[in-house]
Amino acid sequence: MITARYHREVPQRFRLEANKCVSCGHINFPPRLVCPKCKGQKFDNVVLKDEGKLLTYTILRVAADRFSKETPIAVGIVELEDGVKITTQIADVDVDTLQIGQKVKLVLRKIQEDGKAGILCYGYKAVVI
Amino acid sequence: MVGIVGYGAYLPRYRIKAEVIAKQWGSDPVAIVRGLQLNEKTVPGMDEDTITISVEAAKNAVRRAQINPQEIGAVYIGSESHPYAVKPSGTILIDALGIGPDVHVASYEFACKAGSEAMFVAYSLVKAGEMKYAMGIGADTSQGAPGDALEYSASAGGAAFIMGKEKVVAEILFTHSYTSDTPDFWRREGEYYPRHGGRFTGEPAYFRHIIGAGIALLEKSKISPKDFKYAVFHMPNGKFPMEVGKRLGFTKEQIETGWLVPYMGNTYSGSSPTGLAAILDVAKPGDLIFMVSFGSGAGSDGFIFRVTDEITKVQDRAVKTRELLDNNKIYLNYGEYAKFRRKIKLNE
Repeated sequence: MITARYHREVPQRFRLEANKCVSCGHINFPPRLVCPKCKGQKFDNVVLKDEGKLLTYTILRVAADRFSKETPIAVGIVELEDGVKITTQIADVDVDTLQIGQKVKLVLRKIQEDGKAGILCYGYKAVVI
Repeated sequence: MVGIVGYGAYLPRYRIKAEVIAKQWGSDPVAIVRGLQLNEKTVPGMDEDTITISVEAAKNAVRRAQINPQEIGAVYIGSESHPYAVKPSGTILIDALGIGPDVHVASYEFACKAGSEAMFVAYSLVKAGEMKYAMGIGADTSQGAPGDALEYSASAGGAAFIMGKEKVVAEILFTHSYTSDTPDFWRREGEYYPRHGGRFTGEPAYFRHIIGAGIALLEKSKISPKDFKYAVFHMPNGKFPMEVGKRLGFTKEQIETGWLVPYMGNTYSGSSPTGLAAILDVAKPGDLIFMVSFGSGAGSDGFIFRVTDEITKVQDRAVKTRELLDNNKIYLNYGEYAKFRRKIKLNE
């Protein structure tokens, strides 16, 4: 059962909620209690921009059992407009056409299913725009 | 006057051509395309469902309305393909958009008219003064059994409408619903694919209910068909909406702006709502729009909208429906389509 863990991650997976260090301006995603850059402990809540560019990517042709019917799967690092870099799947794409630098947008997609009868887990993925 | 303050649509990028399906089953592609007037249809990605489609459409509606999502007092999603049998679709949507938790949420179902049902209730709650804004959504990832005629049409997509009283882009002038117990199309509990009554889905179902609601709306409003700029009807195939429009006194020119079905397919609960979104994308202040949905079982919801001066401010704030239909297409062969739609039985 992945219900509790999934539920805890909803603010980030659904709404890209992050926090920004008041003293140095570093954005943490997911939010942190102590800033990794300046050790500051005061933060403002921020929501990340949902557009950015593809910094790099790889193609999974042999995936874990749960995702084995979805191959090939493109996974990339996306730099969002506010400078935050996230790792995400790239959906709706012919993997042979992907290019570093392409503009992408984050959308809500189904990430996985907890077995045949378990919950459906949603979260962000990138699509090329 | 209460009406639409924001609207948005979403269509998946994947497509399959009707001729590909026809060839798979040994049917004549030319006859299918000509008879049903269906060239291709949208197909949801393996990670898309009614919830993800609703979320993207709703985000576009909020972008256009430019309102605080916290002020939305109700969210209703109408669909016949809610991913859960027990668990509402709208709870995921409100958390994704930052709506609530002080919000009323429900999943609606009435075959292909669940979306207009959601729109009607959202409109009625705002009109009653219960809340400032309410959102009604129609979305589906509809099912068609392999080899069945429905396989040529059953597609995926949806549209969302935020109702309110301020900065209204399309006022709702009149509504009318027409319903009877007509078993033209159904899916029993636990069954994967729906069944239908073949030709029985036509005259006693689709045509009777749309014409019933349509005539009542015209009589109630005392507006003549020729006074409308646009008309949109439920689109199970290309032929039916043109035929029912003609019988009600509308012309092809009035219907074709919202007539997305030849390249979108039948998005079920999202069908006429998506057509309405395409019309609002190009409508001008003062235009009158006539809309009648249809849901098997059976019933129709009719609306008359009058577009306001606000429309030109919101049209470019989000992606337009025809752009979603025409751009970024990825075509599938039948094998890929069968995999995407989980038509292939696999070992657990």
